Amino acid sequence: MSYISILITYIFISNFVLTQFLGLCPFIGVSRNTESAVGMGFAVIFVMSIASVVTWLVYTYVLVPLALVYLQTIAFILVIASLVQFVEMVIQKVSPPLYKALGIFLPLITTNCAVMGIALMNITSEHSLIESFVGGIAAGLGFMLALIMMSSIREQLAMKPVPKPFRGVPAAFISGGLMALAFMAFDRALLTNLLG
Amino acid sequence: MNKEFTKGLVKDNPIFVQLLGLCPALGVSGLVVNALGMGAGVIFVMLGANIFVSLLKNFIPQKVRIPSYIVIIASFVTIVQMVMEAFAPELYNNLGVFVPLIVVNCAILGRAEAFASRNTLKDSVLDALGMGIGFTLGLTLIALVREILGAGTITLFAMGGFDGVIRIPILHLAPVRIFSLASGALLAIGLLLALFNWKSSAKRG
Repeated sequence: MSYISILITYIFISNFVLTQFLGLCPFIGVSRNTESAVGMGFAVIFVMSIASVVTWLVYTYVLVPLALVYLQTIAFILVIASLVQFVEMVIQKVSPPLYKALGIFLPLITTNCAVMGIALMNITSEHSLIESFVGGIAAGLGFMLALIMMSSIREQLAMKPVPKPFRGVPAAFISGGLMALAFMAFDRALLTNLLG
Repeated sequence: MNKEFTKGLVKDNPIFVQLLGLCPALGVSGLVVNALGMGAGVIFVMLGANIFVSLLKNFIPQKVRIPSYIVIIASFVTIVQMVMEAFAPELYNNLGVFVPLIVVNCAILGRAEAFASRNTLKDSVLDALGMGIGFTLGLTLIALVREILGAGTITLFAMGGFDGVIRIPILHLAPVRIFSLASGALLAIGLLLALFNWKSSAKRG
């Protein structure tokens, strides 16, 4: 698969949040204002791209040669958890302003199933190392796109007279559902039309 | 009935009240049988994790407790994966990536951290059973709504001469397809949450 088609696939056709239901907790939890949505989005892109590469390396050069593929789930979650911790420490040392912007979102990412999801999908779709990296970035971009759109909708909704039982989370889910409906317009035909 | 058990069923329901574990709740809620299978997996992992965390709570150092809990949970998830793949391969294929993703189900880590790490074994077992069954109930409710409206069927386990699919008269000939699609899952949970909000505010007066 070419890199462009991986990008289009993960951002639009199988958007992690809106078509695969991965990463819904931050999608609902961190989408109250656009500013934190952008911060969370960048943190997720960052962690997802690195996690894709590291889990791919662990799988290909450790688990497969040692015939330990059945330990995949344990190995991946440990890699992701320690990676997030490590990234947090590095950012804190290297760039305090970036840490200030992303810091509070990083611990939340460990239990973001989108990160674990892309790591597992890279393996099942037999991506190469670079394809995994591109897949990680693309899935992160798709997550950020959905998150930013959602937060803009919720900022508007907060000022509108929403019926009481729908206020807050139910309205967020229903707007998410309508967004998902719009995303159904992107299907495989998009790839063939664009790339031939 | 013991309150540690009953609180997870309705009052602190993981899906509808705590909004935890939403990804699997939406991802596998297309068919009732998938929801039940997922629920069974989550109950098993939650029970195992709560038992181990509660037994080991005095031995796990405070600083590395989250990674330790994650390893315990991941081990039980691996057991579920292997058992499901061996004995229910069709279910395993239907659930796909969501089986290994039980490991990042925040409802499970939440119970280990918030309950099992500071309570006795007996209470932790009851808590895990209650929360696990509450999760399954919530998941099955979403799946029922989606499958009945979206396909006009209720898919259960095939047994003997029964193929496992209950067809609702009339509705299965002209179902509301949107509920079986991705967006239907989000709409269904939004509407159910609004319904529960409305119910609980009506009760309060």
